[in-house]
Amino acid sequence: MALLEIKNLSVGFDTSTGQFMAVQGIDLSVDAREVLAIVGESGSGKSVAMLAVMGLLPKSATVTADSMTFDGHDMLKMTTKRKREIVGRDVAMIFQEPMASLNPCFTVGFQLEEVLRFHMKMDAKTRRRRAIELLQQVGIPTPEERLSSYPHQMSGGQCQRVMIAIAIACNPKLLIADEPTTALDVTIQKQILDLLVSLQAKYGMGLIMITHDMGVVAETADRVIVQYKGRKMEEADVLSLFESPKSPYTRALLSALPENATGDRLSTVADFMKNEAAISGAPS
Amino acid sequence: MTEIVLEGRNIVRDYHVGGSFFGKAKTVRAVKGVSFTLEKGKTLAIVGESGCGKSTLGRILTLIDPQTSGELLIDGKAINIAKDRVTSEMRRKVQIIFQNPYGSLNPRQKIGEVLGEPLLLNTKKTAAQRRDLAMEMLVKVGLGPEHYNRYPHMFSGGQRQRIAIARALMLSPSLLVLDEPVSALDLSVQAQVLNLLADLQDEFNLTYVFISHDLSVVRYIADEVMVMYYGEVVEYGTRDEVFSNPQHSYTKTLFAATPKSDVESIKARLAKKKVAA
Repeated sequence: MALLEIKNLSVGFDTSTGQFMAVQGIDLSVDAREVLAIVGESGSGKSVAMLAVMGLLPKSATVTADSMTFDGHDMLKMTTKRKREIVGRDVAMIFQEPMASLNPCFTVGFQLEEVLRFHMKMDAKTRRRRAIELLQQVGIPTPEERLSSYPHQMSGGQCQRVMIAIAIACNPKLLIADEPTTALDVTIQKQILDLLVSLQAKYGMGLIMITHDMGVVAETADRVIVQYKGRKMEEADVLSLFESPKSPYTRALLSALPENATGDRLSTVADFMKNEAAISGAPS
Repeated sequence: MTEIVLEGRNIVRDYHVGGSFFGKAKTVRAVKGVSFTLEKGKTLAIVGESGCGKSTLGRILTLIDPQTSGELLIDGKAINIAKDRVTSEMRRKVQIIFQNPYGSLNPRQKIGEVLGEPLLLNTKKTAAQRRDLAMEMLVKVGLGPEHYNRYPHMFSGGQRQRIAIARALMLSPSLLVLDEPVSALDLSVQAQVLNLLADLQDEFNLTYVFISHDLSVVRYIADEVMVMYYGEVVEYGTRDEVFSNPQHSYTKTLFAATPKSDVESIKARLAKKKVAA
C-alpha cells in the first residue's frame, strides 16, 4: 500500500475575478523508501498540491479530492487536531528559503527542541541530547555550540541543514522538500541533495522533491511527475523520462536546458507548445 | 575585430569591517589582484560561489565601487572613480543588470519612467524623444508599447528581467555587466532571457561580463571563462579550454557538483543505488 495516495486533487483560490484553479485533478502516490520528484515551472501548482496535503493553505483556498490517505489515515475526514499531530511528525516539509523559514528571534536549538517538545513530549535533557544528535546527522560541525546560534549567524547552507534536522527530528515517514536547493550555490546544492538522499535511504522515508530543475531530478529521483498549469503532463520513472519523454511539455522542458542546446538558440517552452499544441491537443 | 573594450590590471578591493568600541577594524580583501582583457562583442563569464568576490568585481567594472588599487581601462581609457568624477559619457558606456528583478525596480515607478530615467539623467533628450525611445526599446526586449504605463508588480519575473535589460540598454552602452541575470528565473523563462541576451548582443555588438554560478548557463553563453575562489582567479581561459581541461582543483569540484542530466549518469546513479540497497 502506498504511503501517501491522492486521487483527483483539485485546489482553487477565490479571487476577485472568480475562482482560479491552481491544481486540477491530480493523482499522486508515494511509497515508503521512494523518491518522487514533482517538476514544473512556477505557477504549475506543484507546491500548492503539497501544501494542500499539509493543510497549510490560506482560507481562500478550496481543496477537493476523491480520496487522500496517508499511512492508512483518511486525511480528508480527519479533525484539525488529529491532523496537527501528524503534520510535523509523520509528514515533514522543508521550504525553499532556509533563512526565511527559520525564526530570526530564536536560537537554532530552541527551534529544534520545540518540535521535540510538541510532538515527542521529551524532557529538557533528552531534548538537548537529541538536538545535538540531529545536528550531527545533518553534518553541522560543533553542534553543542551551534544550538545557541541564531539563524543570521549561519550561512544559507547551514540554515538549510538545520531545517532538515527539524524536519527529520521525529523520524517522519514522509519528507516533502519544496525546492530545497534553489537558493544555494552548486557546491552546497550537491551537499544538501546528497544529505537528503542518504537520510532518505537510511531511515526508509518517502521523499517528495518539488523542483523546477531537471538536473536535481536527474540526480535524486526514482519516479517523476511533470506538472504544467495545474495538470499532470506525464508520470514516469526517471530513466524513461529522460530517455524517451512522452509528453511534448517534458520534451520542451528538457530542450530548454542549456546543456542540451543545439546551435545558437535555446528552444523555449513557448515555441514548443505552439508547435505541438495542434497535434497533441495539449492545454495551452 | 580586436578592439579591447575592457581591461583590468591587478585589480584589488579591500573592505573595512568593524572598528567599533568593542573590536579592532579588520580588512577583508574581497578581490585579490585580478587581471583580464575583453574584446568587443565577446562574453566573459565570471564563475564562483557566493562570497568569492565576483559581484564585487562586477561593481568595480560598473563604476559603482572604486578599486582599492590596480587599473581599470574602459575603451582604453584608465578610470578610477575614487579620484575622478564619473562623467555621464562614462556612465553611458557601462550598464549593469542585477540578479533579483523584484528588487531592482522601484515599485512606485511606471515602466515608462523606469526606462526614461537614464536618458533624463545622462542626456539632453526631450520628454517626447525619451518616450519614443522607451517605446522602441520595449518592443526590442519582447514587450509591447502597451506596457509603458504599467507598474512593476504587474509583471512576472521574466518580464521584469526584460525591463531591467531594456533600462540598461537605453543609453546604448558598449559594455553590459550581468550579475546572475537568470538565476532567479525558471528554466523555460531562463531560456527565453538567454536567447534575448544573445539576440541583443548580435544586434548592438555588445560586450558582456556575465557573472554566474551556473556552469551549464556559462557553457552556453560565454566566450571566455574566469573562475574565482576567495577573491583570486584560479582559472582563466577560453570556454573550451576551461570546460575540456580544467586545471585547478576548485574548478574540478565545481564541475563535479553540477547536476548531470544525461541518461548515462542517471543509469550510473540508479545502478549504484541498487548495489547499496
